[in-house]
Amino acid sequence: MIHLPSHSLPLPLKCSFWAAALLLIVFFLFPLLVVFGVSLASRGLYGGVEWVGTLENYRRLADPLLGMIFLRSILFASMTTLVCALVGFPLAYAVARVSQRWQLVFLTLVMIPFWTNFLVRTYAWILILRADGVFNSLLIQLGVQSEPLSLLFTDFAVGIGLVYGYLPFMVLPLIVAIERIPPQLEEAAYDLYASMGGMFRHVILPLSKPGFIAGGVLVFIPSLGAFITPYLLGGGQKMLIGTLIQQEFLISRDWPFGSALSFGLMGIVLMLGFVVSRTFLGRSAR
Amino acid sequence: MIRVPRSVGISGLLVLMFLYLPVMVLIVLSFNASTMGVEWKGFSFQWYEKLLADRSIIDATVNSLMIASISTVLSLLFGLGAAIGLETWRGRHTSWMNILILLPLVIPEILMGVALLMVFVLFQVPLGFGSIIIGHMVFNVPLTVVILRARLRKLDPTWEDAARDLGATSWEVLTHITLPMLRPAIWGAALLSFTVSLDDFVVTFFVAGPGSTTLPLKVFSMIKTGMTPEVNALSAIMVVVSMVFVGLSWIFQQRAPVSPTTPSSSE
Amino acid sequence: MHTVVLENVVKTHGQVVAVDDVTLSIKSGEFFSILGPSGSGKTTILRLIAGLDVPDSGTITLQQRIVNADPPHVRPVNMVFQHYALFPHMTVFENIAFGLRMHRQSRQDIREAVEEMVALVRLKGKTQRFPAQLSGGEQQRVALARALVNRPVVLLLDEPLAALDQQLRQDMQAELKRLQQEVNATFICVTHQQDEALMLSDRLGVMHRGTLLQVGTPQEIYEQPVSSTVAKFIGLSNSLSGMVTRTENNFCWIQAEAFPTVMARCPEGGVEHGSATVMVRPERLHISVDGPVNGYENTFPAIVHHVVFHGNEMFYQFRLRNDAIWTARVPIAGTHARPLVPGQSVYLQWAAHDGLVLSS
Repeated sequence: MIHLPSHSLPLPLKCSFWAAALLLIVFFLFPLLVVFGVSLASRGLYGGVEWVGTLENYRRLADPLLGMIFLRSILFASMTTLVCALVGFPLAYAVARVSQRWQLVFLTLVMIPFWTNFLVRTYAWILILRADGVFNSLLIQLGVQSEPLSLLFTDFAVGIGLVYGYLPFMVLPLIVAIERIPPQLEEAAYDLYASMGGMFRHVILPLSKPGFIAGGVLVFIPSLGAFITPYLLGGGQKMLIGTLIQQEFLISRDWPFGSALSFGLMGIVLMLGFVVSRTFLGRSAR
Repeated sequence: MIRVPRSVGISGLLVLMFLYLPVMVLIVLSFNASTMGVEWKGFSFQWYEKLLADRSIIDATVNSLMIASISTVLSLLFGLGAAIGLETWRGRHTSWMNILILLPLVIPEILMGVALLMVFVLFQVPLGFGSIIIGHMVFNVPLTVVILRARLRKLDPTWEDAARDLGATSWEVLTHITLPMLRPAIWGAALLSFTVSLDDFVVTFFVAGPGSTTLPLKVFSMIKTGMTPEVNALSAIMVVVSMVFVGLSWIFQQRAPVSPTTPSSSE
Repeated sequence: MHTVVLENVVKTHGQVVAVDDVTLSIKSGEFFSILGPSGSGKTTILRLIAGLDVPDSGTITLQQRIVNADPPHVRPVNMVFQHYALFPHMTVFENIAFGLRMHRQSRQDIREAVEEMVALVRLKGKTQRFPAQLSGGEQQRVALARALVNRPVVLLLDEPLAALDQQLRQDMQAELKRLQQEVNATFICVTHQQDEALMLSDRLGVMHRGTLLQVGTPQEIYEQPVSSTVAKFIGLSNSLSGMVTRTENNFCWIQAEAFPTVMARCPEGGVEHGSATVMVRPERLHISVDGPVNGYENTFPAIVHHVVFHGNEMFYQFRLRNDAIWTARVPIAGTHARPLVPGQSVYLQWAAHDGLVLSS
């Protein structure tokens, strides 16, 4: 909308604009600054914050054990993103290209998990994966296995939970991106002797890039900071950043160190944001 | 119309099944008479009955609904001005606001949770309904703004010009033209805010206080303490509710009036 | 009596000068068109008159009152927008009633005024429909009714017929003329179609890159364009550059390289000696196949370059000696029973009073 300079906003709208700005400054921007401030302070005797400046918390980040946790978290998030992209693409393509009438049905089906409580969806996997769960009972009943496999509280369980939890975030942007590709391009590719594989590789995949980027960011960031999934499905056995931060704040009550960890996490996210916007958004001025 | 290649279509269907399998398991097991394990011991409503008798769950539900309603209404009031303002003053010193609006949507929730927790505790703001509502607004306002802006961009600015030319003041343009045309987006934003608020666990987990337990917090503590099939019943209800919401959102979108008048050349 | 007067109006959009020092007076009751290519600033002039834009400098006077800073809702001016800008969430009735409602008229008055207007634009029985349920022509009439119901002193029309197909466009042209006579208002119409501007207007102005090149009656502009830009915009023209060597009795003689001396009409107000351009309209060229004939002052040998069949007439392109391409239009029923073929040598002939000299 191009508005005119002479067209001023009615007062109530101006108030609401500034109220929104104030809300985000006071309860979003300022808290992030507080996190930074606290990360430079010392831990109090009984868990509070003592305002004595120190870099100790950041020094502790250099611990190789913590490095491993960060690395593992990044690995988990990357794998989740990759698997979501691989698994999400066929579904997104099918939904984007199915006939008008069916599209509504399929879109609804994709939307429902998206709107369903994350906790509940994670919990469902406990029912499936635990020792006396659905999967093991099935294997035993079919005679494939006599003893239940221990699936819950493994890396595999965490991975599947993350993929399941964030798959809709990948599928929806992909559907939007694929829908924008004119079907004639596919016909043109086939007409110019492309095989089905060739058509996907040279036409659909490159043109779906915006969807992969948006979906990738939407999946990577929450899986990096995830703590319910590793907590419920990983049993908190092996730490990820999310679980560690949660622990520092609510169990160890070491706020300064927890803040330093949080700041490390934010650093990774901001770096990712910077890289993505530099490499993809800057150049591809469509 | 392009036909979806068979192999792609089949993999798509398999992925769709993967999305629904756990949810189906949940719903089926919620009707299982068995107290432990997944073995089918007959059909039963007992877990639903138990659920309804549980005072703490009713309380948590009421809390959740209240928090979601209030944060949705407030987010809408805040978000409307922000969205229209950002579109109106596009490019005029509002890039800081654009970033401010986008950041809460891309920063891991756990960060928002711990940051808010510290601010509330350090400044001695009591944890409870107020802190949860504020926490939810921090992501609901940006969500609302994003949805409203998407719709605002599609509105033809000449509609507003036409209204002004016909004698409408800027307030009348807002109430007669902009808001009615935004209505589907307003409903959509409200519905999404409401659902997100109802579902939120992470931020709520950090900023909730005693007596302000929401439904997700209740589910979490039930899962943590022991696997009674009551959780299955509760989860199943939450799945069904979310289905109803998706249905509602479709109805609103179907009603979304008319694409912009592209004058048809003849008929 | 002038209804609308613009004096030295300037309007810039950022770096772009949309309207550059335009001065223009429009008489009351007149059908005035502003003709120009897209991006020439003609729509901005409408928006300035409507009050949707504010001029950077200069004055806009409506009925002897300077209205520069008046917001649109206090100006007795209404606009028909380019794509009509009908409110999609309102019925035809509500669309037409909108302006009256904003001016706090009584329900009764509104109903009467809307009904009268609906009858005037022939939309009876469609008042409860939504814009999306109307055809292009009907939408156009709703847009007209919505503006006219407010009894504006000036009605502004932004490319009113651009979205309609050929047949409808002709019907609506007649309709516009009829409406203007019935409501007796000043109409200012912006268009990029020269035939439309010529047919509809009492007077018209030609705009180019933010400046007004010429204002006059359709005939004046067609016959006496002040510059080659105007001439080109008002109709396809053939041109030849040369030096003015002699002027006498409103005729000029021009020497162009590789051509015999050309004789053509001088523009009103004469022409200075020096370089100039001769313009000849395609329909004024005579094509002689078997050698030059008498009765024409100018004769050019040419070679047929391209032949296009246009239904009721033929379009010919010729290559002249200096490799310039000239166009001629010949009615099919005319003398050339056998069409020309590319490569054929012919003579292009034209009378001195059919050519116009423009100083360049």
